[in-house]
This record gives sequence, C-alpha cells and structure tokens, in this order.
Amino acid sequence: MNQGRKNWLVTSLLIVGTVLVLLPLYLTITIALKTPQEMSDPLLSLPDQWRFQNFIDAIQMTDFFGALFNSVTVTLFVVLFTLLSNSLVAYAIARNMHKRFYKFLFYYFVSAMFVPFPIIMLPIVKQTAVWNLDNPIGLILLYVVYGLAFNVFIYVGYIKSIPKELEEAAIIDGASTWGVFWRVIFPLLTPMNATVGILTCLWAWNDFMLPLVILSDPDYATLPLVQYIFQSEFSTNYNLAFASYLMALAPMVLVYVFAQKWIISGVMKGSIK
Amino acid sequence: MKSRQRAFLLMAMPAVIIFFVFHTYPVLQGVFYSFTNWRGYGEWDFVGFKNYLNVFQDGRALNAYWFTFKFAIVSTILVNIFSLAIAMGLNAKIKFRKTLRALYFLPNILSILIVGFIFNFIFTHFLPDLMEWAGFESLAKNILGDPDLAWLGVVIMTVWQATAFNTILYLAGLQTIPEDVYEAADIDGANAWKKFLKITFPLIAPFFTINMVLAMKNFLMAFDQIVALTNGGPGQATESISLLIYKGGFEGGEFAYQSANAVIYFIIIVIISVFQIRVLQKREVEM
Repeated sequence: MNQGRKNWLVTSLLIVGTVLVLLPLYLTITIALKTPQEMSDPLLSLPDQWRFQNFIDAIQMTDFFGALFNSVTVTLFVVLFTLLSNSLVAYAIARNMHKRFYKFLFYYFVSAMFVPFPIIMLPIVKQTAVWNLDNPIGLILLYVVYGLAFNVFIYVGYIKSIPKELEEAAIIDGASTWGVFWRVIFPLLTPMNATVGILTCLWAWNDFMLPLVILSDPDYATLPLVQYIFQSEFSTNYNLAFASYLMALAPMVLVYVFAQKWIISGVMKGSIK
Repeated sequence: MKSRQRAFLLMAMPAVIIFFVFHTYPVLQGVFYSFTNWRGYGEWDFVGFKNYLNVFQDGRALNAYWFTFKFAIVSTILVNIFSLAIAMGLNAKIKFRKTLRALYFLPNILSILIVGFIFNFIFTHFLPDLMEWAGFESLAKNILGDPDLAWLGVVIMTVWQATAFNTILYLAGLQTIPEDVYEAADIDGANAWKKFLKITFPLIAPFFTINMVLAMKNFLMAFDQIVALTNGGPGQATESISLLIYKGGFEGGEFAYQSANAVIYFIIIVIISVFQIRVLQKREVEM
C-alpha cells in the first residue's frame, strides 16, 4: 500500500487555503505600518517605509500597557482559580454521582451552558454595581463561576475514568479526602487541567461582553474593551487603529507560536471526552 | 466515612452557593422583572404577561429573531462543511502537517471583536477596491452598507473565525477511526466518496452532533462580531437578539421588556439545542 507517500494534491489545496486565513492578518500588519497617504496605493502593497510611529501613537492613545496589565492580571487569576476550584467541585460530584443530590448538582451546572448571557446581563450589572464588584475582582469572580458549567462537564467525564483503587490506596495510607484530591487526583488531572486552562485563558483574554457591561471605570478596561472604545472615538485613522489592533492581538499570537502544539492537542483532548 | 462525606460537601457547596448567587439568582431576577414594567430605575408595577405579548408584536424584536436565525443556520451549515473538509485534509497523509494545523487553528485564538474590526475594513475598503481593480464595477461596493447583504458580511466573518475550532473537534474525531477500516474498504474496491459516506461520516457522527449543537448555540448568541461589523445596521438589518437586549436594556430603559425578550430567547435556545441533540443522536444510532 502507499503508506509513506504524501498526498501532494491535498497538501497544495491546504496551502492555497491558508491564503484565506493569512490575508486578514497580512492586511493588519501592512496597514499598521503604513502612513495615511499610502492608503491610496493598492491595499495589498507593502509599506514604503515602516512607520513605527503608528504604534507609539496608539500606545499613548489607548493606554496600551494599562490595558495589557488588566488583561494579563484578569486572565492569570481566572485560569489559576478556575483550575483549583472547578476541578475540586467536579471531583466531589464525579465521586458521588450515584447519589441523587450530586447528580442533581451535575445537571444543574451543565444545564447552565444553555443559558444565554443576555438573560443574566441586566440583573448582574445591577448586582455587581451594588456589591462593588464592577471592577477586575468582580470580573475574575464571574469568569471563574461561569466557567463551572462547561468545566464541570469535562472534568467529571475525565475523573470518572480514573480508577478508584488509586484513591483507596492513599486512604489506607492515612490520607484525608482533601489530601487524596491534592496529592493523587489533581496531579492526575494534568491533561484535563491543560485543556481547561487553555480554553479558559482564550475565553477570559478575548471576551468582550462581560467587561463591557461590568466594568464602569475605564482604567480597568481590558484589551478588547479598549479597542472598542478606541474604535468608536478615533475611527478615521485606519493606520493608527490597525497598529492598535495588532498590538492587542500580538500577545496571544506570540503565546500561540510557542505553545501551539499544546494548545491544539489540549483542545482536541477536551473534545474526545 | 462520615468525614469523607463532609469533605465532599465542603468541596462542592461554596461553589454551588456562589454559582447560585451570581448565575441562578440573576436568571430568576430576570424572569421576575419580565413580569413588571421596571425601566432599570425608579418605581415599578406588575404587568403580567404584557411584556411577552408585546415582544411578539414588536417589529424590531421579530426582525432580530429573523436575522439571528437566518445568520445562525447559514453559518452553522457553512462552518460544518468547511471544518469537516479542512479536518479531512489535515488528517490525510500530507506534508507540513503540524504547520498547516497550526495555521488553520490560528483564527480561533484571536478576539472576535478585533477580527470584526479588521473585517469591517476588508468589506468597506479592501473588497470594493479589489473589485474595482478587477473590473467588476457593479460589485465594487460595501456589502455592510446594504441592508439586504450586510448579514452575509457577518456570516463570512463568523465562518472565518469559527471554522478553526470545529476543524479541531472534527480532527479529534477523525483520529479515533482506525486505519485498517479504510484498508479493508480499499480491498473491497470502495471509492473515496463511498468511503466518506459509509465509514468516515458514520464513525464521526457524535462529533457531528456536538459540532452542530455548539456552533448553532454560539451563533444564536452572537454579539461581538455584530458590534464590530455593523453595530446592528444599516438601520436594524443585522441586529441580533443579544444586541437588541443589550441596547434596549441599557440604553433604551427597557429593562423589564428586554428581560421578557431574554426569557423567550432562553426558551428558544433550549428548545433548539434539545431538538438538535434528539434528531442528530437518533441519526447516530441508525447508521
């Protein structure tokens, strides 16, 4: 059979297809580096001289580093708290699924996946404002809580596949239920933690709707929210806007370039469950 | 054994309580306000089902439902066709496999809002310029400015962004199919199309179900891309249900009215998801 042969037809079709993926990014990079005068040249052309002033102006106008700091802080804490708390809840549920109460909890969390955010949006804005949670702390809390719906679903599926004998051995050695979780289960969850961590990171980093409705102080704005404010106020200068978009996209793209292997396999693992 | 049960309860209960306070309670509040005439501030009265009846007679709301369904159905179908085709390509014996996979997944890591702004420029300037340069004067216009065509712009951008994620899910599904099934089919002399219909598609049926349900659910909730591309315009041609609830609820003082709309929206999403899962799972069993 043709085991080692490469399918060149499919390869070339896929390479041609990448043009569609890359074209918007190519445009973003070149426009970010052009002067407003060069915008009248054919749009696909490269800039004559690389104009880095666009980036400097965009950094000042959007307070880029402030927003970057907000996005990084929120994302880091959301991922950290999500991994520690959501896996714990899922463990309690997974090991007690034969009990009616925990089974109810499982379906209670999972059914929340189908609740559209707009139904929560109006009341939660009032609630966070009253409780002084219209800031990054509230944002972090809400991401961790809203992540439960999906994360409990995939963690429970995974924990069920971990043999109970491992825990029983640890219990005989005198470990408490908490000890069993932190020393035995949590380390065994590493592949699922990677998946949940990656998906949570992408979500918290890119989400626009929750910061839009929750955050009232512009100093707390995250990167997507800053782009939105920027776009509505300075929509005339495309070069400046694209420099700003590029800088907002760059951190995640850089992480992706170095970690794409884990990111792709992490997402795939989550889906096989 | 008793302390073990207490430990499990301690693990689960704080999360349950916080989840109730920040998720379920707001939902219940939303349902409660949907029976009042609250504007988000000031005094209010109970009005019964009046808000609900009004939603069904509200041209703007009906238009939002029509747009959202049209957009979600077309996008779901296109995303699934493209992502399945790309996943099969990426699963074949190809060169540069890892690089190509990385490239095709790239759109999924980008912010939908910012990608929306970039596509806004593409539709407004790049494509019209390109059409003019190629000599198609009649096509050299901004489709986002045309009430009849703007929704297609939203579809194109959404498909571009969402295909990546579904491709990865299909790829995961394709890798669960053992190679020797195809070898057996080769010996029987099956052609490529037959192999796809008789082997590939039935074996990845569960992934097809999950992809259809997830895509449809996500697109019914579309918000970011619409804000970035059209902000609901021109007129209200591309106003999605989420955007209508946001605009009406926060800017229009229709807190209670849009809460009723949100409840209807919730019920519809649940019905569609359950219906999809039922129908698609039935198909899985039959094949």
